[in-house]
Amino acid sequence: MFLSKTQLLLVVLLPLLGSILAGLFGRRIGRAGAHSVTILGVAASCVLSAHVLWQLLQGAAPFNENLYTWFQVGDIGAHVGFMVDKLTAMMMVVVTFVSLLVHVYTIGYMHEDDGYQRFFSYISLFTFSMLMLVMSNNFLQLFFGWEAVGLVSYLLIGFWYKKPSAIFANLKAFLVNRVGDFGFLLGIAGVLYWIGTLDYATAFANAGVMRDLTVTVLPGQAWAVPTVVCICLFIGAMGKSAQVPLHVWLPDSMEGPTPISALIHAATMVTAGIFMVARMSPLFEMSTTALNFILVIGATTAFWTGLIGMVQNDIKRVVAYSTLSQLGYMTVALGVSAYSAAVFHLMTHAFFKALLFLGAGSVIIGMHHEQDMRKMGGLRKYMPITHLTMWVGTLALVGTPFFSGFYSKDTIIEAVAHHAGEHPGSLIAQYANFAVLLGAFVTSFYSFRLLYLTFFGEERFRDAQAHDAHGHDAHAHDDHHVDAHHDDHGHGHGAHEPHESPWVVTLPLVLLAIPSIVIGFLTVGPMLFGTDLMGHEKQLPFFLGAIDVLKEHDVMAALAEEFHGPVAFALHGFTAPAFFLALMGFLLATLLYMVKPEWRAGITRTLAWPIRVLERKYFMDDLWIGGLAGGGVKLGKLSRLFDGKVIDGVAVNGSAGLVGLTAGLLRKVQSGYLYHYAFAMILGLVALLALANHYWL
Amino acid sequence: MSNVVSALTLGHFLTLGAVLFCISVAGIFLNRKNVIMLLMSLELLLLAVNINFVGFSRSLGDPAGQVFVFFILTVAAAEAAIGLAILVTLFRNRRTIDVSDIDSLKG
Amino acid sequence: MTFDFTTLAFLGFAATAAIAALATITSRNPVHAALWLVLTFFSVACTWIVGGAEFLGIALVLVYVGAVMVLFLFVVMMLDIDLAPLREGYVKYLPVGLLVAVVMLVQMLALIGVRAASAVPLADNAATGADVPNTTWLARALFTDFMLPFEVAAVILTVAVVAAVMLTLRRRGGTKHQDPSAQSRVKAADRVRMVKMEATRPMPPAAAEGEGTP
Repeated sequence: MFLSKTQLLLVVLLPLLGSILAGLFGRRIGRAGAHSVTILGVAASCVLSAHVLWQLLQGAAPFNENLYTWFQVGDIGAHVGFMVDKLTAMMMVVVTFVSLLVHVYTIGYMHEDDGYQRFFSYISLFTFSMLMLVMSNNFLQLFFGWEAVGLVSYLLIGFWYKKPSAIFANLKAFLVNRVGDFGFLLGIAGVLYWIGTLDYATAFANAGVMRDLTVTVLPGQAWAVPTVVCICLFIGAMGKSAQVPLHVWLPDSMEGPTPISALIHAATMVTAGIFMVARMSPLFEMSTTALNFILVIGATTAFWTGLIGMVQNDIKRVVAYSTLSQLGYMTVALGVSAYSAAVFHLMTHAFFKALLFLGAGSVIIGMHHEQDMRKMGGLRKYMPITHLTMWVGTLALVGTPFFSGFYSKDTIIEAVAHHAGEHPGSLIAQYANFAVLLGAFVTSFYSFRLLYLTFFGEERFRDAQAHDAHGHDAHAHDDHHVDAHHDDHGHGHGAHEPHESPWVVTLPLVLLAIPSIVIGFLTVGPMLFGTDLMGHEKQLPFFLGAIDVLKEHDVMAALAEEFHGPVAFALHGFTAPAFFLALMGFLLATLLYMVKPEWRAGITRTLAWPIRVLERKYFMDDLWIGGLAGGGVKLGKLSRLFDGKVIDGVAVNGSAGLVGLTAGLLRKVQSGYLYHYAFAMILGLVALLALANHYWL
Repeated sequence: MSNVVSALTLGHFLTLGAVLFCISVAGIFLNRKNVIMLLMSLELLLLAVNINFVGFSRSLGDPAGQVFVFFILTVAAAEAAIGLAILVTLFRNRRTIDVSDIDSLKG
Repeated sequence: MTFDFTTLAFLGFAATAAIAALATITSRNPVHAALWLVLTFFSVACTWIVGGAEFLGIALVLVYVGAVMVLFLFVVMMLDIDLAPLREGYVKYLPVGLLVAVVMLVQMLALIGVRAASAVPLADNAATGADVPNTTWLARALFTDFMLPFEVAAVILTVAVVAAVMLTLRRRGGTKHQDPSAQSRVKAADRVRMVKMEATRPMPPAAAEGEGTP
């Protein structure tokens, strides 16, 4: 069986068509027309993607073809082509499914917004871009998709473009991504330069030519070429997938409407970096240094950003930092060469994180666009569906056994532990181990904190005043940017009764809750360990051919030997250290927010200084905005000075002035006096005589 | 050195020509303001050239040298006439023969 | 050291010429300068006669001294020149002028190769060799090989005369003169006007009725 080219083209082009129709003809076809055409496009794309995945599972050969040649110059060509194997197909399904649900959700969320059609156009455009990215078969198209999703992210973060904070956020996102893209371009250029081609298949096949080459990066230091190329590629992933230190844009991206926070900044765009590294596994396997680099960055992101999430008061920000932390987990998995685990976590995370974001959005709608959790409380009575689905999402996130998050997260934790065991002397490995373990505690704490603050306790939204008595929430420097009052409604602080959201909002929540529970259970065997559903019988690994791992790095093979089916895995999970840490987080949150809330004030006083550091996000924003951006501005000023003084002054005006000066001097020769001219002639004569003397005598 | 007085040679003529030439150059340079003096120095200049021609004509036995002197004489006379005419006109218009006052061509 | 009278005579005249030239350029009074220049010409003419170019020597005296220098003196005396400011800067420029002149002289002498040239005595006068006077010898060359330049020289002289007159001619008001070009440009219409008239004209009737008072 072969995958059909037309089918693949339809998958990609239908969302684009929907986007164009909604974007250019939005006014003419009206709101209903806009959302209908885009939802139809994405729905069709989703069905077709599922069909593609089904075909591949039935044994169809992966598709790898160039569809269109943009140009061919000598050996280098730029093509539009698709490579669809199981990794890609999995991504396609995830992207289109989440996108479809977000489209439906948007009908409810953006109901009263003026830019309704524009929004639908953008999210369909995003779907198209992301599909081009994951289905690409060469670096150039990958980069096209990469940039396109960055662009759409920029457009969507700044969707309410009249808000200064939104514009600041979208510019920040774009610029920080640019830094990452710079590294990414260097990496792609490196691939082209040393391997000689941009096509995936050819590049991976010939990757070995890089193996023993070195390049002088700093004078006197020769680095291995695979390391340099892989680190550069990973820098791109750092930008797109918001790894420390290029993570600063993600919390600010919460300025955009919640649906896109779910779609782009949780489920799909930010996972592009993870996908890219997994796709490039043949290259990354060549450099242990690069893998260690990835490991360190991932571990740092996993743990330290989670800590910031513990002190946030905006409901979306908590989920944003949670996303950062989980991206860190995926990166850590990449670092220990457990690519399949990383991608698996990507998939499960897409579902439950989208669920959490959409649930938060539902809360926000219900609270009439109030986002500050300190002004919520006790909402479980008013928003039961949202409440239940958020519980599902949270349980999945913290890694409760049998939920999907458990399977993916626990696999990562075990992989890292195994890696640390294999490399007892490596500080990086031990650091990563601690980071992912403690991260489980932190994740659990802030997740349950969110639930308690939002759905339990007294109904603080009934008070009109600001709150200053409650523990950690007292210092809120973060709320500068998201001030919780979206201008569209002009409603007050939840003066109205909160209500459950319409079915267009709650249906996606339910539809996302289902895979959040079951998909891990169902797919862990086939996808990660090459077994069937219940862990028996060996089948071919899901990612065979898509992901290459060296034998000595193969953590997943080692884990596979201990895998005895999802049930056994889950039961074993109850005894794992990660579970206990998560349980401790749950208990601590319950204690501080349900049982003994009065203790929070005392703790806040004691831990005032660390809390302040966390609220200032480790001063990284100051570093980036004040230091680097400020430095950039200063450089620009210096450059302007240089341009004005040196280039304009010396070169341009100076040369004109020099001509003027010379002319002024030479002008004096034309004195008008006869005797001056005569004297000049005489001098000339003397000179001629001297010459004549010299040559004739 | 003893030959200087023993026989008339080409060198005598040439030396005389050179001396007069240099004197006239100095005259141009020193009498920068006086147009009349300039013209007189010019006459000296032409005279020096004529001496050279005569010397060479005698030394080579070629009449062309002396013919040329003939023409130079002619032209010098014409030039002196016209130069003085210009001087007179200049003086009528400017009431001065100071060369430094004639600087309309100043750049 | 054998003394040759010819050479001595030449040297004497040459010295006179040089000194007179120096005096020319250093005189304060332009009339004096002109007179010194006359002496220079005379001396040089004598040297030429010593050298065998008699015609040119006489021509120099006749043309240059007789005409050109007289012309100079005319002009000098006619113009009322303020001499004082003209001497300004003389002393200032003297060193440089001297330097330039001396340098140039040295260069020229070196170029001439004084020593070399003075070694060879002059050949015999060619004119004497052909047994014709210098004038005839010169004329034979002038009117045959150099006929065209001769005519051109004549034209130059004519032009010079015309130009000199043109430059200095002034019209004074009040004098009657004719303008031939205007005379030639006249057309018949400027001078004569044709009027159509009857050959005969009837008498005016007024006289016949007289002064009869009614």
